[in-house]
This record gives sequence, C-alpha cells and structure tokens, in this order.
Amino acid sequence: MLSFLVRRSIQMVPILLAVALLIFILFSVIPGTFASSVGSDGRGMLDSKVIERMNKEFGFDEPVYVRFGKYIGDLVRLDLGTSFRTRRPVIEELGARSWPTLKLICGAMLFAVVLGVPLGFLAALKPGSILDSGSMVAAVSGLSVPKFWLGLLMMYLFALTLRWLPSFGYGNGGLKHLILPSIALGVAPMALLARTTRAAVLDILNADFVRTARAKGMSEMKVVRWHLARNALVIILTTVGLQFGAVIGEAVVIEKLFAWPGIGSLMVDSVALRDIPVVQGCILFVVLFFLLINMIVDILCAIIDPRIKYD
Amino acid sequence: MFNKLMIATAALALSLTGAAYAQSPRNGGTIRYTAPYGSSFAGLDILASNRTQDEIWAQAMHRALYSWDVAQNKPVLELATAVKVSDDGLVYTYSLRKDAYFHNGRKMTADDIIWTYNHIMDGSKAYPGARYIRIIKGAADVEQGKAKTISGLKKIDDFTLQITLTDKIQPGFSLDQITTSIYPAKEAEEKGFASHPIGLGPFKFVEYVPGSRMVFERFDKYYKPGLPHADKIVITPMGEDSARNVAFRNQEIDTSILGPAQYQAYGADPDLSKHMLEVAELYTRVMGLNPDYKPFSDKRVRQAINYAINSELIIKRLAKGKAYPATGWLPPSSAAYDKNLKPYPYDPAKAKKLLAEAGYPDGFSFEVIATSNESWGVPIIEAIVPMLAKVGIKVSIKPVDGSILSQMVRDGKFQAFIWSLSTGPDPLAALKCFDSATPQSACNYTKYSNPEVDKLLKQASNEGDAGKRLDELKKINAIVRDDAPYWFFDCNKAVMAYQPWLHGLQPDPVDLAVQNYENLWVDKSSPAAK
Repeated sequence: MLSFLVRRSIQMVPILLAVALLIFILFSVIPGTFASSVGSDGRGMLDSKVIERMNKEFGFDEPVYVRFGKYIGDLVRLDLGTSFRTRRPVIEELGARSWPTLKLICGAMLFAVVLGVPLGFLAALKPGSILDSGSMVAAVSGLSVPKFWLGLLMMYLFALTLRWLPSFGYGNGGLKHLILPSIALGVAPMALLARTTRAAVLDILNADFVRTARAKGMSEMKVVRWHLARNALVIILTTVGLQFGAVIGEAVVIEKLFAWPGIGSLMVDSVALRDIPVVQGCILFVVLFFLLINMIVDILCAIIDPRIKYD
Repeated sequence: MFNKLMIATAALALSLTGAAYAQSPRNGGTIRYTAPYGSSFAGLDILASNRTQDEIWAQAMHRALYSWDVAQNKPVLELATAVKVSDDGLVYTYSLRKDAYFHNGRKMTADDIIWTYNHIMDGSKAYPGARYIRIIKGAADVEQGKAKTISGLKKIDDFTLQITLTDKIQPGFSLDQITTSIYPAKEAEEKGFASHPIGLGPFKFVEYVPGSRMVFERFDKYYKPGLPHADKIVITPMGEDSARNVAFRNQEIDTSILGPAQYQAYGADPDLSKHMLEVAELYTRVMGLNPDYKPFSDKRVRQAINYAINSELIIKRLAKGKAYPATGWLPPSSAAYDKNLKPYPYDPAKAKKLLAEAGYPDGFSFEVIATSNESWGVPIIEAIVPMLAKVGIKVSIKPVDGSILSQMVRDGKFQAFIWSLSTGPDPLAALKCFDSATPQSACNYTKYSNPEVDKLLKQASNEGDAGKRLDELKKINAIVRDDAPYWFFDCNKAVMAYQPWLHGLQPDPVDLAVQNYENLWVDKSSPAAK
C-alpha cells in the first residue's frame, strides 16, 4: 500500500505540471489583461502610464517563456505567486476560500450519500414498485434540473415564502447558511448515486454468490449486509469519488448564486479580472483535490474489498 | 416628451429624498448594504483598486482631501476647512481640519497627506490614483524616479498644506477620488496595516471575510458632530441580480441596485415601488465608430446611423424605461448638460439621404464588438440590426468579454464598439476625451479631432468664471453631438430599491451604489435596529 501511495503521489506531479502549462498557455493566448479588465466597467479607466507600470510590476514586460519558467520555478517551491488584484500571496487567497468550499462540497456530498444510497438500495430491493418508479423519476429529475434554477427555486421557497432559512451568504459559518447551497449542489450527485446504487445492487442481486447464499438458507438481512452492501460499496465509493470532483467544479455556479465565499466565486471573479495567478491557483486546487479524493477512494476500495490489490 | 420625463424623474427623486429626510435621524442599528458589481472585493487597500465595487466599502472608512457634494453637484473641501488660491490659480493653501482623527485616535496632519500622495506616485507600484495626483507639480518626477518627493507639496505647519498644481484646473475633481484617500503616514508602513487598515472615515474596520462581507463599526471621534447615525454597517458583495432580489424581498438586505427587469417588476409592485431611488447616472451608453474604417470617416455616415436607430423604442422595450435618451456626450446630471439639446430623431429617410450623399446609397457593412451586458451589449446591437438593415447597413456582432472589449477599444482594433462610459462628474474632463491631443488609449476612442473643439477646450480650461466655462462646455458638447463620433444611445437611470426603514439615501449621479454612509440611518422597524 505504501508503494502505491508513493507511486500515486509521484504520478500527480506531471498531471499538475501539465495542467499548469495548459492554464498558462490559455491565459497567454486569450486577449485581455488585468489592466484592461480594470477599465472594463467604463469608469475605472487607467491611464497609459499606470498600465505601463502595472505591466512591469506584474512581469508582463518579460517574454512568455521567461514568465513560464519563473512560474514553474515558483510552483516547485509551492509559491503560487501574488494576486494582481489584492497584491496578497495566492496561497493566502486560497487559504481564506478553501474552507468554505470544502464545507459546501462535504455538505452537498453528505446530502447526496445519505439520501441517494438508501434510495437506490430500496429501489433495487423492490424493483418495479412505486418506490422504485418514484425514486427513479426523482433521480432523473434531479439530474436534469439546472442547478442555478433549482437554487433560485429553493431560495424562493425556503427563504422568501417559508422564511425558514437565509437566502444567501456565509453568516458565521453555521449550519443555517449551509443548508440551501448544499442541497442545491447535492441534488445532482444524489440522483446519480441513487441510480448507480440501484443498478449495482440489482446486478449483485442476480449474481451467483447471492443465489448460493440464499440457497444455503442465509437470512435476507445477512445477504444484504454481507454480500450486497459490501460488493455494492466499491461501485458506490468510486462514484462518490468521481462526484466529489464534479461537485467542486459545479460549486462555481452555486457559490455565485448564494454569495458563498469559496474557491468557485473567487475563480469566476478572477477570470473576469484576468487575475491570472489566482485563476491558476484555483484550478490547481481543484485538480489536486480531485486527485487526492480519488486516491483516498482507491485506498478505501482496497480496504473494503480484499480482492483489490495495488502492489 | 423627454423634458417631461426628466421633470417627472427629478420630482420623484426629490420627493423620495425629501421623504427620507422627513423624520429626524435615529442613532444606532446596523445598515445591511450590498455591493452589486461582483462577488468579492479586491482587498483592503483602496489605493490599489479603482473599481466601483471597492469604492463602496472604502466610502465607509476612508476620506480624501475633497469629497463629492451631491446637493451642490460639485466637489467640496472634506479634510480642510478653508483654501486660499493664488492669483495665477496654481497654488492652493489648505487649512486642514484640526479635528480629523485616524481610527487609532491619532490626529491627521499635513504629513499624512504628503506621505499618501508620495506613496501613490511610487514608481514601482501601479496605483491607479497616480493619474489624479499627477496634477500636482513634481508628481510625475516621483513617478519616473527623477525625484523622491513631490516638489509641489509643502507643509507650512501641521495643519496648513500648500499644493502647487501643474495647470490651472480645479483640483477638487481629482483629489476627491477614493483612490487618493489619506492614509496614516507612520501606521500605513507597519505590518498589520494591510490586514487591519485604518482611515479617517465615519466607520472603522472590524472584519473582512473575503467573498462574504466587510463589517465596520461607528467611529466615535469622527469629525462631523453627531455622525454617523448607525452603529454598524455590513457590506456584502452580491453580484447576482436574482439572488439579490430574493435577499431584498426577504428583508435580509437593506438596499439593492436594480436591473431593467427588476425595475419593471418593482415598479409594478405597490409596496416596493414606494421605496425606489432613481437618478440619471453620469454614464453615457454609446456605440463608438472608428474613423479608420472608411465609411465612418464621413460625418454624414455617422449622423445617418444616429438617425437610422430608434433609440427611444429600444429604451422602452429593452431597457424597460430604465434609461434616458442621450442627447450627446454629457448626461442629464452633468453640470454642463444643455436641456435644449435634443436626441437625434428617428428618421430613416434622412439617414438614407445622408448615406447617398456620402456615396453609400446601397449601404455598407460593419462589425460591432460587444459584451453580453443587457443594457449596453449584444442585446442592444441585436435590436439595431434590423433598423440599420432598413437603410442598407449590415451589422455583424463580435461578442467579447469586458476585459477584451476594453483592450480592443484602447488599441483601436475595432470598426465599432458599444460600451457604457463614464461622463462625469467633471464635464471638462469628460469633454477632454474629444481633445485631439488625447490619445485613443486614454479616452479619445474614436480618434476625434476638431480644431474648433480643441480651441474651445483650451478656452474652457483657462476660464476663471464658472458660468462662462459651463457655456463653453455646452457648446463643445453640441459640436460633438453634431459630429457624431458615436451613436449616442442612452444614459443610465440608476435605480436603488431600499427598505422602508432605511433613511438618508442620496441620489448620487456619480454612482448611486456609492453612498455617504454617515448620513444613513435605520428606524425602529428595521430587523437590525438594535
């Protein structure tokens, strides 16, 4: 296992470097700079001398290859650069925003797992029943509904009409503010998990070893517990891992909508303002998060299913 | 029609403001304000950011030498009590306030102003306020590294400051900018200042949660007696219109800047419509026509475009009435606005005639770069496409984002562009964009050149009499309108919805979202009254 961990960690390095290269090339090619974005509201115009100084301060007067060399050099030393906009180290910017994003993602995935997995299980155990049909209709709807619209709908219902929850913001980081954005973000993975769980459980229910267990007189509870759950869990865990990655990308929309101070809203603002070091930092954060989650999922799968060996 | 509209709007604004002042102010409570131009702030250093989004929070805790007086529609002394101007109009001697304290309790002196202005001109940093400080003699030398301190700044004593200008201009229009706010000289160089800034404003900094909120509390030693009224102000960045709408209706926030759709919806609501503040903001929406593109080098073609577009219809249908037809470059709130000037009438026949005279009887085609903005972007161009097609002009659209638009316009890489441009508060500065000496990269985006305008601009710059200067500026605006370097579309009607318990809002044409918080107060009915 240790060699697996070391191997996977080493594999992350070229992936991260490739992503860094891609982002760098992308932002070098597309027109628009931080200086031009500052004037994009038609009011905050900068004069040419300030723009000149700004370009010098942020290193734009140097050739692209020199800038890329510096960027990679800094990256190796875990220095993500300095934000053009705030003039603070990018690592500090990410530090301030990563906790709210992690909270939001964990909240969404908790909602997805707690609701989606049992729903999928129950639907599979009683295929063709009203519960099965109902839960699958709900799952398809959950996958189809645009998050932005769902978020707005929830705001209108739970904040404006029922007045149970605040419609926006982070508050003091408490649960009250977390509920609506988490659910809005968690509905799609919940639906996907329900469908995946149902399919996995149905597949296992028809497997030979389950039939054998039942033929040997094992109680239904034990069949579910020892054979079904254990085997389905590997598929569910893999889906959860992938969904974690998807959710962090989709959090961009939800964070904007709910004025949630996470990585997503930071990234959107930074793209609009061409605050390139921050955009690069945000994307690297998302990629690293995705890689780490998947590594954790692989480890958990090996623990749950002894047949899985990485060494 | 237009005059009636203006009078009605002015009356509405006055009545709303009057209503807001009708009760006597109540001290205490929290103002829950929103910053609508994005989902975050740039940070805590206002000298480093010139975005309106940051001005919204900075107005709570910082003050500059001058401030903008909404009622008088001109800059007034803020950190000084009196000023003497030399006969040549170049030397200003300020008697500084002796009661202005920084939030750490230290009294402001001339040294703080001198330090701040020198700091802004630091050549190694790109502080946007440098363009305003450059009006002081010797400031450019500091910027270029030729001098260490600005020669035009002289401390007479702790509370007397002499400023020598490079030209005979009104310094108030430059030194009232939030990017020239005065920092405490000694404390600003200390390490903790970046994370816990102090200023001279009515509120002191408490907390900043990036992307979420900034919190300020009342500063008891503020130099204006009895102000501010509120104990606390929480400013939340909320760029998303629909989310702001829900939060406002849910009474979680006290103010919301409205877009066209919400303007219509709020206006139709009997309760919400009672609490809407409207003002003609100092922005003009225009379509710039590049004279390097052959058809646009002919004045008649540019005029034909103005005649061929039914601006009034677009304002009614697309802007939902949330705009005023532009009669030229200067908007209705400008001090030099000429109410006798009329917008170009919709006259396709005249447009066709002008095109034929210019040698384009069958029209021509051109491309417009535009952002997705609903009020001055792609949707507006889509509306003018069939109108211009009627006179034979084919229009294609190149959608870009704001940053790209800004760069392409500065670089002159366009045939036409549509944008909302600041046209105030100083009408002279706004019209200097049509000085042939002003480069395209500054604000002469259409490479405008008219010797008569150049001459009048010089006269206006040197004119000592304010009334005469305004007359000259009105003349320039009329000439520019006639030359039609732009399709003069409309001027933004900024609209703010506010909760019934919030009072003291001012219809500030510079930017309605930037309020003078010291005058705001909440009555007992506010959920945050305590």
